[in-house]
Amino acid sequence: MSEAGASPLLSARGTSKSFAGVEVLRNVDLDLMPGEIHALLGENGAGKSTFAKIIAGVHRPTRGTLQLGGTTVDVASPVVAQKLGITLIHQEPISFPDLSVAENLVLGRSDGAPLGRVPWAAINRDARRLIDLLGVRIDVTRPMRGLSIADQQMVEIARALASDSRLIIMDEPTAPLTPKEVETLFGIARRLRDEGRTIIFISHRLEEVRALCDRVTIFRDGNKIATEAIGKLSDADIIRLMIGRPLKEYMHKGKSQIGEVALEVEHLTLPGYFDDISFSVRKGEIVGLGGLVGAGRTDVARALFGVAPAASGSVRVGGRPVTITDPAQAIAEGLAFVPEDRAVAGIFRTLSVEQNISAAVPGQIAPRGVIRRGVEKALAQDAVKRLRIRLASLRQPIGELSGGNQQKAILARWLLTDPSVLILDEPTRGIDIGVKAEFYDMIGELAASGRAILLISSELPELLALCDRVLVMSEGRLTADIARAEATQEKIMSAAVPQVRGAAA
Amino acid sequence: MSASDLQSAPSAQEAAPPRPAWQVLLIRPETMTLALLVLAVFAGAWLSPFFLDISYILRSFTLYAEFAIVALVLTMVIIAGEIDLSPAANMALSACVFAWLQQAGLPVPAAVAVGLAAGLAMGAFNGLMVIGLQLPSIIVTIGTLTLYRGLAQIIAGDKSIRVPEWFIGVDKIMVLGVPLPVVIFIVLALALGFLLSRTIVGRQIYQIGTNEVAARHAGIRSARIKFGLFLAVGLVSATAGMMTASRLGSVRYDLGLGGELQMVLMAMLGGTYIFGGRGTILGTFLAAWLLVLVSTGMIVANVLPAVQLVVLGILLVVSIIATNFIYSRTQR
Ligand SMILES: Nc1ncnc2c1ncn2[C@@H]1O[C@H](COP(=O)(O)OP(=O)(O)OP(=O)(O)O)[C@@H](O)[C@H]1O
Ligand SMILES: [Mg+2]
Repeated sequence: MSEAGASPLLSARGTSKSFAGVEVLRNVDLDLMPGEIHALLGENGAGKSTFAKIIAGVHRPTRGTLQLGGTTVDVASPVVAQKLGITLIHQEPISFPDLSVAENLVLGRSDGAPLGRVPWAAINRDARRLIDLLGVRIDVTRPMRGLSIADQQMVEIARALASDSRLIIMDEPTAPLTPKEVETLFGIARRLRDEGRTIIFISHRLEEVRALCDRVTIFRDGNKIATEAIGKLSDADIIRLMIGRPLKEYMHKGKSQIGEVALEVEHLTLPGYFDDISFSVRKGEIVGLGGLVGAGRTDVARALFGVAPAASGSVRVGGRPVTITDPAQAIAEGLAFVPEDRAVAGIFRTLSVEQNISAAVPGQIAPRGVIRRGVEKALAQDAVKRLRIRLASLRQPIGELSGGNQQKAILARWLLTDPSVLILDEPTRGIDIGVKAEFYDMIGELAASGRAILLISSELPELLALCDRVLVMSEGRLTADIARAEATQEKIMSAAVPQVRGAAA
Repeated sequence: MSASDLQSAPSAQEAAPPRPAWQVLLIRPETMTLALLVLAVFAGAWLSPFFLDISYILRSFTLYAEFAIVALVLTMVIIAGEIDLSPAANMALSACVFAWLQQAGLPVPAAVAVGLAAGLAMGAFNGLMVIGLQLPSIIVTIGTLTLYRGLAQIIAGDKSIRVPEWFIGVDKIMVLGVPLPVVIFIVLALALGFLLSRTIVGRQIYQIGTNEVAARHAGIRSARIKFGLFLAVGLVSATAGMMTASRLGSVRYDLGLGGELQMVLMAMLGGTYIFGGRGTILGTFLAAWLLVLVSTGMIVANVLPAVQLVVLGILLVVSIIATNFIYSRTQR
């Protein structure tokens, strides 16, 4: 331990966890100080979420002890954790979609008589105060269902604040947030730290860890590799500790032949979501679609793929006009779409990894309607190897995989369809740095082999590194079309930020 | 991928053995049904020597075979995340249509065809309301359950309509010593079991029931498949209605009254998860036998009807709790 004098808030000793005989966490010792923000880093499947869930009582450790403020505690369930002042903000927000934001916020609070009247006014007032604290604008009487992922995440965070915890664990909280929301969150985190609370922060973004955290602990394959003050490690050190080898630099090859137009969109409009969108993507071209979360990028992608078709406008695929009103049609036209909200629109949580990977290619695994298990297994196995998906067995439910590995499986599903137009919506969300670099390579290769790629991303470095052209959307309109040579972070940002329009508007 | 050779660190990928086989078996929901079934056979044999007489069991089964046949198709509907509570009323209405038409002078084969078509139409109506109008299936089919039963009463009044002599007695026809309804049940179970576990459509039924939004994103035509399932329930219910008419020799509007609960009970006893995504034909198949054994066992033992209901309820609760308990144990 580095800090002399101070005694840790929480010490974990020999924490180990096995799932069905597979050890995913091995003898982890960790001390968390009061008033520190402590980062957990590691590749997908390294065991970060598992460790967090053990502290929060979601999983029972197979071995090991936890001490909280000097006394040994048994965190037998999330309810016990809550009583001990430990709150976990899950990687996949799990809230009650049909309850209002306010109800979600007070859920599990046990003040008041069981049969007493529900003090709605007070609940809504408290909820509003909490949400205001976060500096976001959310109507607390609306049901959770209608909120964007970012807003749902904010509600989760507000819930943690409401519970007045000593230890708050945030598992990849920033993934769906805009830079501004991230700043707000960091402000809150710092304030909580200054009040003497402890925060565990899990993220794959090194720059965030640097900006926020005091110390980092690095996991690899279920082992704790190191715990250090953040200042003592360079990025290269961290990456080496995380993946056990230096990271290769992604270089945009720029070699792909840009061919004829593969996807052409004209005057696409869906009132209330996006307006008069026109652009085209050529074969071999990677076109970025930047902008702030909520600018309507996802809605355009969903319209193109037929999930929520546009009201007017025309789409041409490979030169032919098409009217796509259903994803099955889109797939038949050679489109593929990796959606941003993995839990809702991507995975079949309780079904096997294998089934999840093969879901979009029934024709390949069952030419005459009857599934050929061998073919399916071979396809899935190959995908697992190519994307280095970490799993115990292809028959395992996909919900048991770590977040990043689930994302890779969904990517694998769409790569199998061998699309001519690939639409990716925040595809690297939750993917570790090591895989990200390989994933960039893969996108480059896909483009080089003549596919048209539309990449929606909120990460500017990603857009700049990969794209031949960057389109920017703001408030449902296209505001810029920037060629690779001219693209800079500033240009993209200034087009993304909503402009105060003329007095007439 | 060029980096595969770089993967020198021992990763969990190769090291990890899959979940042990006994656990896989235990968390299969049918395991509990099978255990209860074996238990019921022993208990029955202890109660009465009749239980060792297979032909007695088979004959008892014919009393439940119509419901059991529909329960097989209903299982698929439930796995797809929907429910249909109208099949028993559908059985009554299509049987009444058939009986009334043949009494009015239509040749029997034509009357049967119209009866089946009516069943199909009832399924289509359910499907249109649920898929076209996006209404919750539980509400739609509670509505049509009342509607179809009411129409049956309008058509048949409260008299019973006799069917021709030669049409009576499907349950007396033997195929290799097994009553025809039981044979139909077994054959249908085999066919649907194959459909559900080996074909793409079956696979997609599970995917729709697990996460319909994701299924649509993956290009699965969930509306089409669900509509097909409602049609199938309609057709099979009508067939079951004809079989009941043949077994009883006459048709009344209250034919199969309360059957929907028996069907749902069979599916759930077989481990089908009421919110979709989990369940098997094998489970429903075993549960149907379980239900028959327990029910006849209690009749043989002169158990009061009210107590019989209590026992069935307890069975259901036990099997659900046990399955869920084992399932959640393996998750932590
Ligand atoms: N319920 C479960 N059953 C079986 N295996 C599980 C379960 N939960 C997690 N695992 C396995 O434990 C390992 C660690 O997973 P964990 O979610 O802790 O990773 P992580 O470090 O959070 O990764 P990511 O960055 O992708 O979120 C993975 O290999 C995963 O497959
Ligand atoms: Mg995780």
